[in-house]
Amino acid sequence: MSRIKDLQKNLFGGTTSNARQFGMIFTLVAIVVLFQILTDGLTLRSDNLIALFNQNSYILILAIGMLMVIVAGHIDLSVGSIAAFTGILVAKSMAEWSLPWPVAILFGLVIGAIIGAWQGFWVAYVGVPAFIVTLAGMLLFRGGNQFIGNANTISVPEGFRVIGSGFLPEVGPNTGYNNLTLLLGLAACVAVVWREFQARKTRREMDAEPAPMWISVLRMAVMVGVIVFASLRFASGRVGTSFPVSGIILVALVLAYSFYTRNTAGGRHIYAVGGNSRAAELSGVKLKRVNFFVMMNMAVLASLAGMIFVARSAASGPQDGNGWELDAIAAVFIGGAAVAGGIGTISGSIVGGLVMAVLNNGLQLLGVGTDRVQIIKGLVLLLAVALDVYNKKQGRFSVIGSLTRSFRRDTPAPPTAPPDADRETARTAVPS
Amino acid sequence: MSDLPVLLEMRSITKQFPGVKALADVNLVVRAGEIHAIVGENGAGKSTLMKVLSGVYPYGSYDGQIIYQGAETRFSDIRASENAGIVIIHQELALIPDMSITENIFLGNEPRKRGAIDWKAANRMALDLMARVGLREDPDTLIKDIGVGKQQLVEIAKAFAKDVKLLILDEPTAALNEADSQHLLDLLRGFRSRGITSIMISHKLNEIEAIADQITILRDGRTVETLDVKADGVDEDRIVRGMVGRELSSRFPDHTPKIGEVFFEVRNWNVRHPISAERQVCKNESFTVRRGEIVGFAGLMGAGRTELAMSVFGRSYGVYESGTIIKDGKEIVLKTVADAIAHGLAYVSEDRKALGLNLLDDIKTSTVAAKLSKISRHGVLDEVAEYQAAESYRRDLRTKAPTVDEGVSKLSGGNQQKVVLAKWMFTDPDLLILDEPTRGIDVGAKYEIYGIIQRLADQGKGVVVISSELPELIGLCDRIYTVFEGAITGEIARQDADPETLMKQMTSTKKMQTR
Repeated sequence: MSRIKDLQKNLFGGTTSNARQFGMIFTLVAIVVLFQILTDGLTLRSDNLIALFNQNSYILILAIGMLMVIVAGHIDLSVGSIAAFTGILVAKSMAEWSLPWPVAILFGLVIGAIIGAWQGFWVAYVGVPAFIVTLAGMLLFRGGNQFIGNANTISVPEGFRVIGSGFLPEVGPNTGYNNLTLLLGLAACVAVVWREFQARKTRREMDAEPAPMWISVLRMAVMVGVIVFASLRFASGRVGTSFPVSGIILVALVLAYSFYTRNTAGGRHIYAVGGNSRAAELSGVKLKRVNFFVMMNMAVLASLAGMIFVARSAASGPQDGNGWELDAIAAVFIGGAAVAGGIGTISGSIVGGLVMAVLNNGLQLLGVGTDRVQIIKGLVLLLAVALDVYNKKQGRFSVIGSLTRSFRRDTPAPPTAPPDADRETARTAVPS
Repeated sequence: MSDLPVLLEMRSITKQFPGVKALADVNLVVRAGEIHAIVGENGAGKSTLMKVLSGVYPYGSYDGQIIYQGAETRFSDIRASENAGIVIIHQELALIPDMSITENIFLGNEPRKRGAIDWKAANRMALDLMARVGLREDPDTLIKDIGVGKQQLVEIAKAFAKDVKLLILDEPTAALNEADSQHLLDLLRGFRSRGITSIMISHKLNEIEAIADQITILRDGRTVETLDVKADGVDEDRIVRGMVGRELSSRFPDHTPKIGEVFFEVRNWNVRHPISAERQVCKNESFTVRRGEIVGFAGLMGAGRTELAMSVFGRSYGVYESGTIIKDGKEIVLKTVADAIAHGLAYVSEDRKALGLNLLDDIKTSTVAAKLSKISRHGVLDEVAEYQAAESYRRDLRTKAPTVDEGVSKLSGGNQQKVVLAKWMFTDPDLLILDEPTRGIDVGAKYEIYGIIQRLADQGKGVVVISSELPELIGLCDRIYTVFEGAITGEIARQDADPETLMKQMTSTKKMQTR
């Protein structure tokens, strides 16, 4: 095998050998480089990077929940309305009932859980398609937001705003950088290296040749390089700015949910339900519970996203969260999830969301109007998914082959038949 | 038969897929008015050959010549071959469940009058076509309301609507019960007497022996031989020898059962249909299973065997009414599939693809899917343990796949079945219920599956086998229950089991104890 192929196979294939995701990461890099050139270096400037994170963290948080909903074979159209509904209630709870802001955040999460239980009940236990339930929810909670807030905006206190527009504080000696951000970056680098060695160890325990060492080193070098670059950028922003608090919330959620979906029985059940719900049920998976959980979880994350948005804009208004559902759904599909369910990863969705975010941001920096930005985003979504469909048809990388959520071994691949030759071309044994 | 004119000749057909030669230099000569069977193990190239013939793989994507009715043809797509009178009926029927028989027969081929569909003419023509295939139904009946046997007839009627000269049937009786199969075979004989040529692909060698005039055997994408059934005095063993390349001394592995005491018992089991509550699908059924015993359930399709099995397996079918399950002397209540698994039950469904596997998964994830708790601690999965478990089953059951990372959708039917078996063996069951464990699986893989079933029994587990193939039940089981219309009508010990006795009890409600 040539080194190039080795590289392609292994660079991003350590734990998520996902050809689609591999392609998406390159797309992301290409878009970033493109806009960096077009905007004369504006794109990767500290303040722009910070703004990019601040403006998109809530969409990416939604994408996490949406990925799980879509993998389970559903859809959620109500997230924007739920975010707005929670936002207004939380704002009101602080303004009129003078709840302290940490309690208000808890209150918001509880509202999300209750809304989620409501929608989950209809989807899982009554069997109404999620499309309908959440379309109803979209109207219901949008109306609820305007009913409660009298279509007015309600501002939120300073303390609460931290989750939306706060930054890591300045501590320690004056290094010219934000020290906590640097520390965070360092921790991330250590984690990347540790994980790579863990992955190699696991591969060996699974009787598989680990990727060649030079690839591991290269992969670590690339990741560490990106992290170092990003932390320096975030740490060297305008005084008082650094890595945003909402970004920290996002990173924590991405790590937690990636672990949940990949490494736990509960996560495995979501994929099983989306892949073949009847087979999952006959394997002892509690179908209703899984469906209930994904819908409820989505609503809780939507509430969190709503609160972060309110905190960032310092007030809750009637138009909050308009169209978020579409951004989140687009991120998930660009990130390689299958419309029919059963396929998709958290990291893919995040990359998909970042592609859209960078595109948005870059076009705005270039002074392209919202009208044209929307046209371009629509086309990108269509093309990304069309390319995937096309690739699948060509059998270049099959759904299954490319999107499995685990290690691949480097065994000499047997001749594989195109999918439509199905059972006729697979060889079966003759008793000996 | 060889004096009949040649209708179709396929000359040294070679079809290459990336990395694999599916067909190498295959020759096929079909004479007008004969029934020509094509047999071979899964993967021998039968379906590929038919796809070449019917234009699914268009001219240019293969090498070789197709001479049809005396002239070389170059079909560009399925439509071109259908216009030439070649119609293929696939194993998975291409009917639309929510449309009527008439609508399905004329789908894409609707008779028109001034641009609108002429339903009157369509119904009249449908009745005529239905009469030709011996289907007596109201043409307005929806496809979903008729049985799979009749659906097959609708497919054939659809073929006749296109003026068929060469009818190709891919595994036509795979999903049919004995009575429906018999009807279909009679129908094919009738076509033959009217000069219609048929090509039939089938795994059921007894049917082929009974009906075919010529048999072409494929192996590993090559033509092995073409046999003339009458002239060559062909029997099943002869065909098997051609298919596997040598004699299969026995279709079942040798086995001496080690039967213990009764450990599982279902008493007076009553279940109602999930939608129409007045229909009782299990009528006061009782049965027992001993340790180390292989117990068969014989019955016609629709007799309620699957319904019985699934309702016992955590009430996954129907509405439970009454009845008890006793395991190891204690009554157990299984309200969910999870309960059933926890109490050591396993159910391998008759429909691997729809109910047994998540086709997006690889072998590894499929193997552990029914008992994730075994490879996880506090809900966190151990990837290494998962790999090791899957790999040990892959070796043990000799699943043909390069690694356990292979997607299950890429495996052949026999190997998929092994993965499903591994999945349920992984749950450490005491009782395995296997519903049609060898459906759609070739002879060689069947033999291996039988061996696995016997090994499971020898480990002291009870095994229940539901099968529509009587020779399979007779060859494999220590004891056979017969089921008819939701009731158990008989219990027959191995030594007394023969097809006639079983068939009699499978078709009558009279309870005959022959034990």
